[in-house]
Amino acid sequence: MILNMGPQHPSTHGVLRVLLEIDGETVVRMMPDIGYLHTGIEKTCEAKFYQQVVPLTDRIDYLCPLTNNLCYCLAVEKLLGLEIPPKAQWMRVLMNELTRINSHLVWLGTHALDIGAMTVFLYCFREREEILKLFEMVSGQRMMTSYFRIGGLALEPPLGFFDRARHFAGYFPERVDEYENLLTSNPIWMMRTKGVARISADDCLALGGSGPTLRGSGVDFDLRRDMPYSSYEKFQFRVPVSQDGDVYARYMCRVQELRESIGIVRQALDGMPEGPVKADAPGIVLPDREKMKTQMESLIYHFKIITEGFAVPAGEVYQAVESPRGEMGYYVVSDGTSKPYRVHMRGACFANLQTLPIMCQGKLLADVVAAIGSIDIVLGEIDR
Amino acid sequence: MPLPPPITDVEQLKNHPAIARLLAWNPQVVEGVKFDRDEMTIYVERSAIREACVLLKEDPACPFNAFSDLTCVDWYPSEPRFELVYHLLSIPNKERVRLKVKLNSSSPAVESITSIWPGANYFEREVFDLFGIRFTGHPYLRRILMPEDWEGHPLRKDYPVEGYR
Repeated sequence: MILNMGPQHPSTHGVLRVLLEIDGETVVRMMPDIGYLHTGIEKTCEAKFYQQVVPLTDRIDYLCPLTNNLCYCLAVEKLLGLEIPPKAQWMRVLMNELTRINSHLVWLGTHALDIGAMTVFLYCFREREEILKLFEMVSGQRMMTSYFRIGGLALEPPLGFFDRARHFAGYFPERVDEYENLLTSNPIWMMRTKGVARISADDCLALGGSGPTLRGSGVDFDLRRDMPYSSYEKFQFRVPVSQDGDVYARYMCRVQELRESIGIVRQALDGMPEGPVKADAPGIVLPDREKMKTQMESLIYHFKIITEGFAVPAGEVYQAVESPRGEMGYYVVSDGTSKPYRVHMRGACFANLQTLPIMCQGKLLADVVAAIGSIDIVLGEIDR
Repeated sequence: MPLPPPITDVEQLKNHPAIARLLAWNPQVVEGVKFDRDEMTIYVERSAIREACVLLKEDPACPFNAFSDLTCVDWYPSEPRFELVYHLLSIPNKERVRLKVKLNSSSPAVESITSIWPGANYFEREVFDLFGIRFTGHPYLRRILMPEDWEGHPLRKDYPVEGYR
């Protein structure tokens, strides 16, 4: 029998459609069908100035907008050969890790909800709310932040932001204990996740898996540690790895990542350097509002950036960062004009989704929901 | 900060593990190299891409064991029009390499690499869907992002941004 699941199914985390060929309760074959959320962002980028692409990147993976911002900005900065001041780099790390926590909380809440643990969802969204408030403080937006700009940050973080972030970092580990109390040794949770949707390291690697999906199968690779960017090499953190390759292993990886991320947040808060948050690059970075009112030069630069953008030297760059879901890569090609010739986004979920059929083949239909939740897909990133 | 000019001389770059491996196998397949902004690009002859991938994947010194990304760039109206861009990653050596294949505009086709990395499946389907490049030997070469009955390939440069009306 062929069973159609989605695209409007509550546990497909968006508009994923899955075709299931089943024999009784057993899945014989599985075929994901995607493209329901395709908006042609890559094509749109080609018609925008470099700085106008930043808000578009938010909308790709809407659960980690700042990671997208970071990846795109790093790629363009590499094309330009632009140095970013230390404070901006540390703020980027800080915000990026808060984004990772935010994204993992949504994943944990919805994944547990799919399997039947309702309370976790409410707990997770309680902490997520605080992170969204922190985002709102720095950027004025809760989700589509666009806080990172080419050449640094949009604004200085406001007064009181660091205190509030420190307060959050103080109590968050206890909250992770609360989630773990509900799930980690809960017999129902373990029965639904242990040994379910198993995938070997070789299979996962061959199918393009990355991030917690790959680390859950025992491959110890994290771009933050192994190919550092944005001064990640100055932070100490552990990369959680599990060997089992099942849903529970991926759950353990991500929950431990929550603890590591809050550790990085604390280090970033403690060691935050002083200085500017924007590179000294007139013609690329927008001038301060105050200067525009008093200095002719600033006004001219502002006018020029807004109306005609800035030219980027011809060349190409592939920049990869570790997003909450795995390797997020931006491939940007410049032909020397002020609009990108080509922007390609390598979505971690796009590749991770290919591991799903192997995980589900020959397994029970009820475990499909657990498997989909465990690879943490965001359809915005898959379809772009 | 001025950028250093790209290095395109094979002699200077032949110590890079991927280039050395390909040159040792068959110097003809390396059409050109470029080292720019700390990233290595190798232009590979069209018919040799699959074998080049096998070689690089199974290199004992520096195995490029992970397939990161595949995409395409359309250089319309110049010829060869399309450039396929493969990004490979070596997890043990923490090294990346970019392979490029140039294709002409008349019925562009290239051998599929899904037999080496099954993970290239979706990426090849995406390039087929949005650029109209055929991958021979692909197990299921159908449109992936656009609807099945869509006409044209939206990421080609001669396709208008707002679409055909």
